Amino acid sequence: MASINWFKYASPVTFFPLAGRLIPWFAWMAAILAAIGLYVGLVVAPTDFQQGDAYRIIFIHVPTAWLSMFLYVVMAIWSALALGFNTRVSAMMAQAIAPTGALMTFIALWTGAFWGRPTWGTYWAWDARMTSELILLFLYLGVIALRNAIDDPRRADRACGVLSLVGVVNVPIIYFSVKWWNTLHQGSSISMTAAPKMAAIMVSGMLIMSFAAWFYSIAVVLARVRTIMIDRERGAAWVGNLAEVKNA
Amino acid sequence: MTKHANPATAVSAGAILPGIRWSLSRDLRIALRSRAELGVQLLFYIIVVSLFPLATTPERNLLATMGPGVLWVAALLASLLSLPRLFASDYADGTLEQIALSPYPLEALVSGKILAHWLTTGLPVALLAPLLGVQYAMDAESGFVLAAALLVGTPILSLLGAIGAALTLGLRAGGSLLALLILPLYVPVLIFGAGSVDAVRAGLGATANLSLLGAGLLVAVVGAPFAATAAVRIALD
Repeated sequence: MASINWFKYASPVTFFPLAGRLIPWFAWMAAILAAIGLYVGLVVAPTDFQQGDAYRIIFIHVPTAWLSMFLYVVMAIWSALALGFNTRVSAMMAQAIAPTGALMTFIALWTGAFWGRPTWGTYWAWDARMTSELILLFLYLGVIALRNAIDDPRRADRACGVLSLVGVVNVPIIYFSVKWWNTLHQGSSISMTAAPKMAAIMVSGMLIMSFAAWFYSIAVVLARVRTIMIDRERGAAWVGNLAEVKNA
Repeated sequence: MTKHANPATAVSAGAILPGIRWSLSRDLRIALRSRAELGVQLLFYIIVVSLFPLATTPERNLLATMGPGVLWVAALLASLLSLPRLFASDYADGTLEQIALSPYPLEALVSGKILAHWLTTGLPVALLAPLLGVQYAMDAESGFVLAAALLVGTPILSLLGAIGAALTLGLRAGGSLLALLILPLYVPVLIFGAGSVDAVRAGLGATANLSLLGAGLLVAVVGAPFAATAAVRIALD
């Protein structure tokens, strides 16, 4: 078999139309899965006998929390590719992922607070997961702020790449330090791992919602990377020849 | 000894220690000639530490509980405040560009600068800590452990901070941006550092926390100079 040309889509010229073709698929899958997942979560799944209906926020909370961490790793991988191969699309992907990652982190924190209030009796506790999620939000905001502070996009790419990689090494260290810090002082009175075993229908609803959030993120990131490409390459001939640009 | 294929790497491998020594002595000499600046940084540390009892309570038990954390947060802020000194003035007058062109490997020169930064900020902060701990009703053992934890922990602050200082070279709002980039990364150092004194007070012994700080220091020594050098190169492009 001839080797696949992995670098074919490393150029905005080829990646731009590919992203444009992929966006509707991911967007529709996200919408359909979200509709199914919300139906399963809000209608089909039974009321939890301990937490009442308040638990239903996990169908938003858990998928966004998963994605918040996953997206950071993906952003770091794109950054490493950008630093290693000096490919433009990789850096643009890293740039496009950061706001969605920050949004997911924020939603996870926000829904967590609203879930904690009725079940734990408090909006916020210095629980290991909550604290490290908060620091993750700061890391995302740091990458975005560094990007905004640098005018030259090429320098911004590489600076944000270094920062993302330093951050991704630190995320597990932060997580474990916070975990040990918390357990050193007092036994964790509130723990996510001690939650009652979930019914299969709840798990499937959560998984469907996770895929919905995942496909939503892909669609939004691809849409954002297209605008970044047009913005950065506005002087290039291929942008001028785009149908979208010509008809605008 | 195997022969190096690339003569440049052979030259640079032997030039690491002289490079560190050169930039260390240069930065120390500059620091000693602007002693007032160093004094102001230490005064900042002392004043921040002295503010907390005024803002909260002079009650001795509470002070003893808060003390290690307050001293560590103040050490973090003092380190953060002094970070622009690492590269910014050299960058502003073009010296950093000349340094980067020197035959010494840039990694060695950056390491020397980081070491000088720690000797002029982290070390005095660590040595002052037991004295300031007295303000917080700390006993002798806690004060000793606090100083030991700061001695192991503050080099990590200088190492990680160098990455942030290099990334924000010449940027608008560099100072507050630096805080946003670096403070989240300082969290583990803060936790284990302040935790070491808490563990002593709880009768557990500080070994676990100090070992973790030491492990963090080793990781930072291996990784951070390269990341900081990469960031300096990015800024100079």
